[in-house]
Amino acid sequence: MLWKILLFVVMTLIIIFANLWPPPQEKLGEVSRIFYFHVPVAWVSVVAFLVAMINSVQYLRTKNLQYDTNSAISSRIGLLFAFLATVTGSLFAKAAWGSYWNWDPRETSLFVLLLIYGAYLALRSAVPEESKKAALSAVYSILAFVTVPFLVFVVPRVFKSLHPTDSIVDKSMKIQMSGQVSSLFFPSLAAFTVLFFWMYHLEQKVEMKSKKEA
Amino acid sequence: MLSLKLESISKSFGYRQVLKGINLEVQPGQCCGIVGPNGSGKSTLLKIAAGLISPTSGKIRFADSNKIVTFDTARNSLFWIAPDLEFYGELTALENLSLFAKIRGLKKSRAEIVEQIDRVGLEKRENDQVGSYSTGMRQRLKFALALVCEPQILLLDEPGSNLDWQGVDFVDRFIRDLKQKTALCLATNNPDETKYADFSIHLG
Amino acid sequence: MPTSLSIWVERVSALFLKEIKSELRTRYAFNSLLMFSVVTLTAVSFSVGQFTLSVQVKSALYWLILFFASMAGLAQVFIKEEEAKTSYLLKLASPPAIIYLGKFLYNWVLLLALQVIIIPLFVIFLNLELVNLALFLTVSFLGSLALSAATTIIGAIVSKANVKGALFAVLSFPLLIPVLVAGIEGAQLATSGAKFSEAWGQISLLLSFSVVMLTVSIILFEFVWSE
Repeated sequence: MLWKILLFVVMTLIIIFANLWPPPQEKLGEVSRIFYFHVPVAWVSVVAFLVAMINSVQYLRTKNLQYDTNSAISSRIGLLFAFLATVTGSLFAKAAWGSYWNWDPRETSLFVLLLIYGAYLALRSAVPEESKKAALSAVYSILAFVTVPFLVFVVPRVFKSLHPTDSIVDKSMKIQMSGQVSSLFFPSLAAFTVLFFWMYHLEQKVEMKSKKEA
Repeated sequence: MLSLKLESISKSFGYRQVLKGINLEVQPGQCCGIVGPNGSGKSTLLKIAAGLISPTSGKIRFADSNKIVTFDTARNSLFWIAPDLEFYGELTALENLSLFAKIRGLKKSRAEIVEQIDRVGLEKRENDQVGSYSTGMRQRLKFALALVCEPQILLLDEPGSNLDWQGVDFVDRFIRDLKQKTALCLATNNPDETKYADFSIHLG
Repeated sequence: MPTSLSIWVERVSALFLKEIKSELRTRYAFNSLLMFSVVTLTAVSFSVGQFTLSVQVKSALYWLILFFASMAGLAQVFIKEEEAKTSYLLKLASPPAIIYLGKFLYNWVLLLALQVIIIPLFVIFLNLELVNLALFLTVSFLGSLALSAATTIIGAIVSKANVKGALFAVLSFPLLIPVLVAGIEGAQLATSGAKFSEAWGQISLLLSFSVVMLTVSIILFEFVWSE
């Protein structure tokens, strides 16, 4: 219970401080503040995918349907976060570069992630029988995960990136953020991750309860 | 010589439980009858033994003179005849049978296959597409395929279905011939067929 | 004494040859592939008229047609087994891996056969200049390998689901995006006269994608195939 209150407090502080405290990023202006929300949310959508995939592997190994339920829950939450990341990114793009969508590599990867989640959920709804649904969606989630490395290599070479990477990560791949920025960014990252796992846990309880009543 | 053992086989399709804790053991030279009303799971049990469906729980074991053998090894010595077995309609009888033999990795010459097709009463029909066969002819073709494969474990699901009295006669000779060298499982509702069984299990 | 590898090759070839034979007699899949490609190609050529398309657009069109043709023509590979109920025959005959490989090879050969027809048509109707012909063919060859590797197992997944039509495309598209991107880039390079060494990135991506997809598919196929 205590950690929930703590989470609430931390997130509130982040929202307030993100908008007031660190000076805005040089090239982009006030709009850059969305970075404290957009990046964690995008990060969580990828984490959700990883969680779904791990559960899929576990299902295929043990045939325990709980793993399949976990995978589905994680994918649904992941879809939500991916959608939020796309919306926040799109708003930022409009404000900073003038158009909502540009097919830059990060945008494209996020788009593909949305497609994968959508396809996964479409597959689940097309198979009525439980164990078949679990097996087929587990296989698909692993297949999708396997193509992700290729995406990471392919997509950046296609279009020149509009994404502001050089402001955070310099050539030697070290994270370069000022003290103010990082003291806000990392807690935000952590807070959103905790939020994800809390939602995940809640969904698990809801599923178990509805199974008991069925 | 292969023997078959089913341990505690249960199978549910969604919420409908069809089989519960079935045990069965057949040695070469024996014939096990599987009897029960329609819908009691006879066909399902045979499909599980044939490796076509996996059980919800339970184990299938194959043994060669008391040494356990994996399913992949046993598959090549196993055969299943059932109404649900279908051939490729656009291929001829000969093509269907030689395809099956080749996929199994069996080396059978054209002559050997044609010989078995003739033996089941389908002489001169080996180059006709199976799509043009009647159901009775298709049933006989399944027996021809069984003869080509020379199985050590044979699973029969209503073998006499769709056959006229000549066909039934043939099945009778077929079972009697094979019985000594094979472990047989026979699922049927037909009282004429249950006579082959040395022992039976009842489902449903 | 035949090695077990040569036995495997024989078993897979047996299934592969049967697929080809069936296809020659019924022509379901190849007709879909061909019809789709020819109709799209002539429609584009007709509407473009005198206007010259850029190399980028032509390359993209080529891969789009291949992709959508695959969606139309390759979906049935497992569905027809389910509908004709011949899957029991196959399951009785061999382990899942052999079934998968036979079907995969069949899909690949279908795509290659399609390309034999549409590449000349592209040259004729859309003035596709194959400056580096060898590179173009290599990219097409590897691209169809990758397409087939991904779509075969998706075809198996879809055959077990209810709403079969759109689902195949929905499931395939996200997985095939790397292939499309690399294929289009490779085709562009080939039609602009680039050398092989410049297209090395695309070639290695298509190859490694195919290898990874094939490996993962062979491992996962039995979970889809078994009931």
